[in-house]
Amino acid sequence: MYVAVKGGERAIDNAHAFLAEARRGDPSVPELTVPQIREQMALAVARVMAEGSLYDADLAALAIKQARGDLIEAIFLIRAYRTTLPRFGSSHPVDTGAMAAIRRVSATFKDVPGGQVLGPTFDYTHRLLDFALTAEGAAPQAPKSDALGPMPRVSEHLDREGVIEPEPAHDPAIDAHPPDLTREPMELPAARALRLQALARGDEGFLLGLAYSSQRGYGRTHPFVGELRIGEVWVEVEIPELGLSVAIGAVTLTECETVNQFTGSKTQPAQFTRGYGLVMGQSERKAIAMSLVDRALRWAELGEEDTGAPVQDQEFVLMHADNILATGFLEHIKLPHYVDFQSELELVRRLRVAAMDAEEAAE
Amino acid sequence: MTDMSTPQPDRPRTMGLLARAEPRRLAELAPDLPAHSLLRAPEIGAVMVQGRQGGTSAPFNLGEMTVTRCSVRLDCGTVGHAWVQGRDKDHARRAAVLDALMQTDRAPMLAAMVLAPLADDEAARREEQARKAGATRVEFFTMVRGEDAR
Repeated sequence: MYVAVKGGERAIDNAHAFLAEARRGDPSVPELTVPQIREQMALAVARVMAEGSLYDADLAALAIKQARGDLIEAIFLIRAYRTTLPRFGSSHPVDTGAMAAIRRVSATFKDVPGGQVLGPTFDYTHRLLDFALTAEGAAPQAPKSDALGPMPRVSEHLDREGVIEPEPAHDPAIDAHPPDLTREPMELPAARALRLQALARGDEGFLLGLAYSSQRGYGRTHPFVGELRIGEVWVEVEIPELGLSVAIGAVTLTECETVNQFTGSKTQPAQFTRGYGLVMGQSERKAIAMSLVDRALRWAELGEEDTGAPVQDQEFVLMHADNILATGFLEHIKLPHYVDFQSELELVRRLRVAAMDAEEAAE
Repeated sequence: MTDMSTPQPDRPRTMGLLARAEPRRLAELAPDLPAHSLLRAPEIGAVMVQGRQGGTSAPFNLGEMTVTRCSVRLDCGTVGHAWVQGRDKDHARRAAVLDALMQTDRAPMLAAMVLAPLADDEAARREEQARKAGATRVEFFTMVRGEDAR
């Protein structure tokens, strides 16, 4: 027998009205606008775009406002919106080498061509609260000097000497249609293209924890940040009506390439290997974490030992990196499970009665 | 939807400038649009942005971005298309009409009055960012110390 229980409609409506009031907070304080969030909470917006897997700063800012600053809730809103959009097609792969970089650093070569460019970074700040920000002030102005020129890739440096692995060979047939986990469910083992997609939209905190675990010895990868760059790249799309490629817009990306120690294997001489991270928006913590996790997951193709570390386990990493899947399953247990629980309760009662009867019979 | 216009070598550049323009700036530079019909009304969708593994190797799907597309026909029969980043339908429509007009004899005038200022805006914006970044380039200096120092 299945008995449907209805009710709670009024309670739900009132709860949502309470939410709306709580979202607004004290009405004597001016209301936040979406452009304010977009401009002044730019890194939160970047995170929502990256993990929502949809580049649109205004939508991300709106989602943050609606979610009261709960970024995973905001990401959820973006993912839900994304499913309503028709897919017009795919861009050509972006050229991060031609990025208009606002930041570019290398931890491996001091005198890298193009220089060490710090950009708008928290690095070298003292992490002391700046109470001047509690008051409104004049808009700060960044100093300017000569414009940055092109930024050659740091890995090209190592490439020329042959001390870093060449990028693995690839199959043009797959390249034309790289696997897309928004179209087909993820199958394991996953090719690197699919892993990178899953990591690029994965939870920053989860990737940070995994990457940190690998640094502490669980699947050690000895990384150096060969290069970290942030800036705009053009997005080129082929307009099908015309067969012409047009740069229809620009996205800010964060790219990290790690250089990892590799002592060689039975088949390969000692050389450095690579890990790669690419994230939408300005998000270098995540880009670095992604490149460490990417490198750790490449253990099999490089003939390394499986130490059983979580970061080496594709299934563990890829099936748990998505914070929307995770929070959906985790939070659903707070919703009514009255019937499930009732059946378990009855089972426990029956077992207890049976156990007590058995005890009495034994006495 | 076939396009009978003669191919224009600059068309990708033109369409790119119109697409990447600030919508408000574009409306300011080209406020009045000639009569036209919609072949495809402005439609909001997504384009999957691809990256490359290791920055230079095989492509992978990085994530989507919002795009609005629109196709129009001028009364003279010229067809124009636009794909623009974001969700601004007016922007897409204006860009499509201007794409069509750029295939008519008004092209030289529009190149000077609309496209040139857009190109200047974009170059100036990129130059400004590059100059701010340039000011954060580290200049290393070496301090010589120890007994061998001369």
